[in-house]
Amino acid sequence: MSADSTLSKKSPPIAGTASSGETAAGSATAQETTAQETTGAPVTQGELIRFDHVTKRFGENTVLDSLDFRVFPGKHVTLIGPSGSGKTTILRLLMTLLKPDEGTITVGGEYLNHEKKNGRLVPASEKHIREVRKNIGMVFQQFNLFPNMKVLRNVTEAPVQVLGLSRDEADERARELLELVGLGDRCDAYPSQLSGGQQQRVAIARALAMRPKVLLLDEVTSALDPELVQGVLDLLRDIAHTTDVTMLCVTHEMGFARDVSDCVMMFDQGKVIEFGHPDKMFSDPENERTKEFLSAVL
Amino acid sequence: MSEISPGLWELLLKGVWITVQLTVYSAALGAAVAFGVGLARAHRLWIVRFVAGTYFEVFRGTSALILMFWIFFVLPLGFGWQLVPMWAAVLALGLTYGAYGSEVVRGAVAAVAKGQREAGIALSFTPAQQLRKIVLPQAWPEMIPPFNNLLVELLKGTALVSIMGVADIAFGASLVRNATGQSAPVYTVILLMYFVLAAVLTRGMRVLERRAKAGIGQKQPERTFPRRSRERVPVGGESR
Amino acid sequence: MTWDWSAVADFMPRFFEGLLVTLQALVLGALLAFALGLVWAIVLRSGPKPVRWPVAAITEFVRNTPLLVQLFFLYYVLPEWGITLSAMVTGVIGLGLHYSTYTSEVYRAGIDGVPKGQWEAATALNLSRARTWSSVILPQAIRRVAPALGNYVIAMLKDTPMIFVIGVMEMLGQARQFASETFLTVEAFTVVGIAFILIAYPASVLMRALERRLVR
Repeated sequence: MSADSTLSKKSPPIAGTASSGETAAGSATAQETTAQETTGAPVTQGELIRFDHVTKRFGENTVLDSLDFRVFPGKHVTLIGPSGSGKTTILRLLMTLLKPDEGTITVGGEYLNHEKKNGRLVPASEKHIREVRKNIGMVFQQFNLFPNMKVLRNVTEAPVQVLGLSRDEADERARELLELVGLGDRCDAYPSQLSGGQQQRVAIARALAMRPKVLLLDEVTSALDPELVQGVLDLLRDIAHTTDVTMLCVTHEMGFARDVSDCVMMFDQGKVIEFGHPDKMFSDPENERTKEFLSAVL
Repeated sequence: MSEISPGLWELLLKGVWITVQLTVYSAALGAAVAFGVGLARAHRLWIVRFVAGTYFEVFRGTSALILMFWIFFVLPLGFGWQLVPMWAAVLALGLTYGAYGSEVVRGAVAAVAKGQREAGIALSFTPAQQLRKIVLPQAWPEMIPPFNNLLVELLKGTALVSIMGVADIAFGASLVRNATGQSAPVYTVILLMYFVLAAVLTRGMRVLERRAKAGIGQKQPERTFPRRSRERVPVGGESR
Repeated sequence: MTWDWSAVADFMPRFFEGLLVTLQALVLGALLAFALGLVWAIVLRSGPKPVRWPVAAITEFVRNTPLLVQLFFLYYVLPEWGITLSAMVTGVIGLGLHYSTYTSEVYRAGIDGVPKGQWEAATALNLSRARTWSSVILPQAIRRVAPALGNYVIAMLKDTPMIFVIGVMEMLGQARQFASETFLTVEAFTVVGIAFILIAYPASVLMRALERRLVR
């Protein structure tokens, strides 16, 4: 087990903390309530992201099955696994595009979907969610740039509207970021005038402009033409090595995963079946299904 | 049309002006209703959706002419509210066509790609900011062609006010017919006037559409002469 | 606000008389609109060129001008040309003609929606032009557009009150007459207004259901 990204389904994930109720199947929410009555806050050990017994279902289909894991600041975690195994669901839960059916998620020591009221956990207000969510940025498979705004505006709009930066300040920072992603000269283009690779670079700059602590990367190269993939991956590699942003990425680019990850988590059927340092995972996986999956994609 | 004297022509032209005014005022009210109700029908609170949906169903089921009669005759008697005929007409037309318009707004807003809202959430925009900065600017160009259809329907609908004695084009027509005893020339001229007004509206909306699309970085293929899209037609019980 | 239920009761016989006339005008008008619209659509698609242009111009003109004025035109101008028709027939022609310019667009969309391969297959089977239309293209096209046609019938329903201006005693005409005789204006117009909603709403729900079933 890598020291930084602790996760488990088989072994108690947060042993030795106030939350002692890991044994029974009872609701995670109830347990956290007990824990937090004594401590007054979610139990943290300095981790940035924490999933406790998170379950997510779509109808009959359980996509995440009582998942526990933690990610410490500055670490890069790659989620791999066959499609439909729940990888993307984790990112979407963190981004609050989905709500968990059971369990709690904490980001930077704050509950994401819940709030403490009179010692009980209740569903969080929109305001609370927005506040916690400011720590998180996301880059989408389909870029999702705003077609009605020019490139510069795409990057500055949220810092101005949400963070309250002045236009000038936001412009200056956006130009720096666009320079960083190699598009300093395309500030006045509309997204529709850019190639897919360029659009994805803008989307990365847009996410970074919010100075997130966590960057979620959801199959960011899957929608790109093959010749454009490498450029975007190089950029992300650069960002991973030169900044202290925490990354969670879902990707099918195993070379990239090996280069940047501190930890790789293998998902299958809503559970983590294996995790570890990429050197170990890619060269000597233990789980049969991990072996099968890796031999199919490598 | 030698039968129509200059004085009668003046009467008709005054009627045109009234029709134009009616169209503009009703369109303004209708647009306000369309956006208010259309956005409310996608609201996250069910009660807001329910009220807006009820408004839509009731006014879509209502005949504009009956509503006009009701506002003209029942409101003053039943409630003691007497409106100037012109404004009673604007109210009836605006409320009715606004209901149709709300369907256009709702549809266009719903058609904005889901990823756009998700990107808005990921950047921590408030729901109001998402709507104002992301969704509406993208939905607006899509609304213009169906709005154009509705506008032409509204223009045609204004003729109903002549029944209530508002002196629009159609009202002028009956006066001129009585004065000259000639029907064919008068009604031909009148129909042509409406047709020209409709063509002007359509052309104006084409320009608006091209601008709106250019404003969000979409190029609109230049067409030699404007042709309004008719794939979705307005007055029907439009639905999806 | 004074509401007199006995006035409603007094109005009912006349209301039903008017309702019957409204429904007659609606059914006949709709049949005319369906038939004429189909003619326009076929002519516009594969009629001879010299016919196509005038049909396009006339349908465009009729669609963009008010039904009310068209009704006056038919009512006053046709007799000048020596054609004398009853008010009801004039009203039905007005409604049918006006809405045929809409149904023609509906058919056009339906015909365009039939895959090109169907035309090619019909040619490959050496079907005549008339056969191709009647047994291959139209059955597929009309099935597709049935809900859209239905929606225009609902729209037409809401326009039927207009024919009272040329003297047809449909619901609104009856209400006006009743109101002028008894001064029970509130009750008469309210009953008619509610009647329209009560007919139009279930009809549009039905069309939406039909749409979900047929259009996929």
